[in-house]
Amino acid sequence: MSSVITETAVTIRVDDQEVAVPDGATILDACDAAGVETPTICYGPTLTPVNVCRVCVVELDGSRALVPSCSRPAEEGMVVHTDSERVRHSRKMVLEFLATGVDVSQAVELSQWAEHYGADPDRYVPGGQTMDEPVRVQDNLYIRDYDKCVLCYRCVEACGDDAQHTYAISVAGRGFGARISTEFDVTLPDSACVYCGNCVAVCPTNALQFKTEFDLRQTDDWRPEDQTVTQTVCSYCGVGCNLELHVQDNQIVKCTSPDDHDVTSGNLCIKGRFGWNYV
Amino acid sequence: MPPRLRGHPLADLHFGDDQPTEAEQAAIDAIVPPADAATVVETERIVRGGRSRRHGLRHLLLPVLHSLQHEIGWISPGGLNGAAERLGVPPAEAYGVATFYELLRTTDPGHRDDVVHVCVDPACAMAGNNDLRTSLEAEGARVHDSPCLGQCERAPALFVQGVGRPDRVPDDDDEEFSLPQAGDPGLRVLRRLGEVDPTSLESYLDHGGYEALARAIEMGPDAVIAAISDAGLSGRGGAAFPTGIKWRAVADEPGPDKHVVANCDESEPGTFKDRIVCEHDPFAVIESMTIAGLATGSPHGWIYIRGEYPRATARLESAIAQARVAGLLGDDVAGSGQRFDIEVRRGAGAYICGEETALFNSIEGFRGEPRNKPPFPTTHGLFSQPTAINNPETLINVLDVLVDGPDAYRSVGTERSPGTRLFCLSGRVAVPGLYEVPFGTTLGELLDLAGGPTGSLASVLLGGAAGVFVGPDALDMPLSLEDTREAGATLGSGVVMVFDDTVDMEAVVVRIAEFFRDESCGQCVPCRVGTQRQHEVLVELQSSGQPLAPQRAELIDDMALAMVDASICGLGHTAASAVRSALSLGLIGNSQ
Ligand SMILES: Cc1cc2nc3c(=O)[nH]c(=O)nc-3n(C[C@H](O)[C@H](O)[C@H](O)COP(=O)(O)O)c2cc1C
Ligand code: SF4
Ligand code: SF4
Ligand code: SF4
Ligand code: FES
Ligand code: FES
Repeated sequence: MSSVITETAVTIRVDDQEVAVPDGATILDACDAAGVETPTICYGPTLTPVNVCRVCVVELDGSRALVPSCSRPAEEGMVVHTDSERVRHSRKMVLEFLATGVDVSQAVELSQWAEHYGADPDRYVPGGQTMDEPVRVQDNLYIRDYDKCVLCYRCVEACGDDAQHTYAISVAGRGFGARISTEFDVTLPDSACVYCGNCVAVCPTNALQFKTEFDLRQTDDWRPEDQTVTQTVCSYCGVGCNLELHVQDNQIVKCTSPDDHDVTSGNLCIKGRFGWNYV
Repeated sequence: MPPRLRGHPLADLHFGDDQPTEAEQAAIDAIVPPADAATVVETERIVRGGRSRRHGLRHLLLPVLHSLQHEIGWISPGGLNGAAERLGVPPAEAYGVATFYELLRTTDPGHRDDVVHVCVDPACAMAGNNDLRTSLEAEGARVHDSPCLGQCERAPALFVQGVGRPDRVPDDDDEEFSLPQAGDPGLRVLRRLGEVDPTSLESYLDHGGYEALARAIEMGPDAVIAAISDAGLSGRGGAAFPTGIKWRAVADEPGPDKHVVANCDESEPGTFKDRIVCEHDPFAVIESMTIAGLATGSPHGWIYIRGEYPRATARLESAIAQARVAGLLGDDVAGSGQRFDIEVRRGAGAYICGEETALFNSIEGFRGEPRNKPPFPTTHGLFSQPTAINNPETLINVLDVLVDGPDAYRSVGTERSPGTRLFCLSGRVAVPGLYEVPFGTTLGELLDLAGGPTGSLASVLLGGAAGVFVGPDALDMPLSLEDTREAGATLGSGVVMVFDDTVDMEAVVVRIAEFFRDESCGQCVPCRVGTQRQHEVLVELQSSGQPLAPQRAELIDDMALAMVDASICGLGHTAASAVRSALSLGLIGNSQ
């Protein structure tokens, strides 16, 4: 996070380029600075890295295994390879693995990377385990479709330490049976959830969706290409959160806030996020 | 002990309507009395869960969940709410922790009977665990399949999880303990076992106990660590890391909040050495931990022991209590002026909690998920503070290094693997059990010591499920770190599981793959999905009766490479190793 970045610079080599990044920056930051695009799933610019998806791995000279670029601090003199055979293989396998058990059809970026690395989820044993979860529609604000969940922990971080400090959801279970859950899977209205929607905002796969979007998709009427986005400032209180209202056919269909906004870092409260539902 | 938060009651935590019953409340009170309940200080505007609550009461979460499980038979919504409220932990996070462990239930079993855990891992499968299960079921027992219970030398193994009654291991009751090598003058680590009374400090003192601590106090921390480095002592928990370097690193960190942890989680299939050592020489574990505490300047000692070891736990606890009374633990250890004390924490059925950083998270009351390294435990260990974590076998070696000196220590073993090593022999061998031999002893010599293989030797699993299979041609292989590494094998935690040509190896390998699938923490994609898909491929192979198809072989290799390269921790790194060695040795995958 920006507070630990100081003016001292470290220089590292990314493929054939020397790049200088501030002390405290990650290898991912250095890749960005070098103009090397890196796939990420669990990383979010506003979240503490949990480095669980492993799609961002790079080869670091002197390290036996690959290292996650999103969390590994850049150190002076590091030599990093982002497109070696090993890197491409592990990235491909992560994307392939996810597509074998999870519905990634609405995970746009992830699917593009899967194609880029040539992931082939069809070469596995037929009838393998999948997430196999019912869609949880428990209110009119947002739905949880864990068939689409890649367990990136982003929602958990957003609900907990990184933004909301509500801790309504956690990872439960273990191994392939791990799931995002409230205590005993109680419904959201019965849980600690305050409907800030910050989890929805960070979900990379659309497992968490505005109910409006879900309903429109049910009738095949979700058309992002026909949507406009209007910037406005939330009028409920004096904080001044930036809102981006997504409008389709003159209806507000969802509401986000820019990640780089200095008040919100992408986070809102129930009024800003869902208040338009009642307007 | 980490500081406790005091102040106002937690106002902001949200709990559902479920209340603990009287019995559940009592189970919670037994671990955290109401007067100690978590509170927030006035300045804390919001509830602090997650990482920021590390230093509160959260480290008592697993003990409280154990208590509920033990008294009630499961963790009910009311029980969980009561525990979470008392400790100031968000209920969703407490649920995440409760559902992580195999010994904790979060669904109502509908009865209050004991649960009989029957081992399904290979040593017990070879010894007829199926018949045992059938007869237990016929008697009306509540049977639950379990991974290796750490009793492979007396397979098939059982562990009885009591509800309202103590847990027990039936074989403990009628065991006449003796080592196969009893009386052998070559024994070092094991020499007191069966000789010393493990329940008596006096007996331990009569057998030379606490001489090493006296030496350590005389020598001072730097000389102790130098001696350990000179002796070339390396870790016995699996990774063979030099102990001197680890202790030096912790000693160099500023104090006083530093920790020493004995890793007695021992869940690698085929491993039972730590159980035997802790049951029969518990004071040696306590003494060597104390030396580690003084040498590294760490006042806090912790023993993390797997939940299926009731007798070892009781004996360690009793040894700690006796050492405290004798002034060998506490504010002034043996007149040294230094403080060191030990807390015991029980695991709850999770192999992954033997991984050092997962173990820290488990003690802290979080899910037993490994942390990415770096940073390493020596700077960011338990409670993110500097920590020296060692296997008990590693620790006990320290005693001889100090009493006899590094040169004497190096007089056995090889140049690069000095000293002796404990091996856990199980399966098709005449006298299964715990053996101690100098590093460099060949596999064949070790098997001979145990009376040789019974039947026609087909293969040996070296190093456990995380190790590799070797064939009869490996009998000449010296069991040293360097020779096994060169052969692409590993000593791991000292497992030597022997198979003859009558064993169905496909079933063995499918079970190993299932073990990793079941024990993966699920955090990282390569391991969470890779272990699942690997198991599916092997099940397909087993049911097909056909040779392994080339595209399946390629898939196994592709998955293995990603698990090795991109997983967070050693579980993922090694999850394909036994499987692939079985394939390359031709133990599985050929047409029948
Ligand atoms: C999946 C996994 C399980 C492990 N289980 C154990 C264990 O049960 N006991 C143990 O001492 N080390 C275990 N380890 C190794 C520990 O992480 C650590 O390296 C060891 O406790 C350090 O002690 P040592 O240096 O004395 O060997 C395990 C490692 C992994 C990756
Ligand atoms: S809406 Fe807000 S409070 Fe509710 S689960 Fe999502 S992040 Fe947590
Ligand atoms: S619901 Fe979305 S944000 Fe949460 S873990 Fe799953 S994929 Fe990630
Ligand atoms: S490798 Fe497996 S056990 Fe280790 S962190 Fe990843 S999922 Fe968990
Ligand atoms: S983006 Fe780095 S591990 Fe997920
Ligand atoms: S106790 Fe059964 S294999 Fe170890």
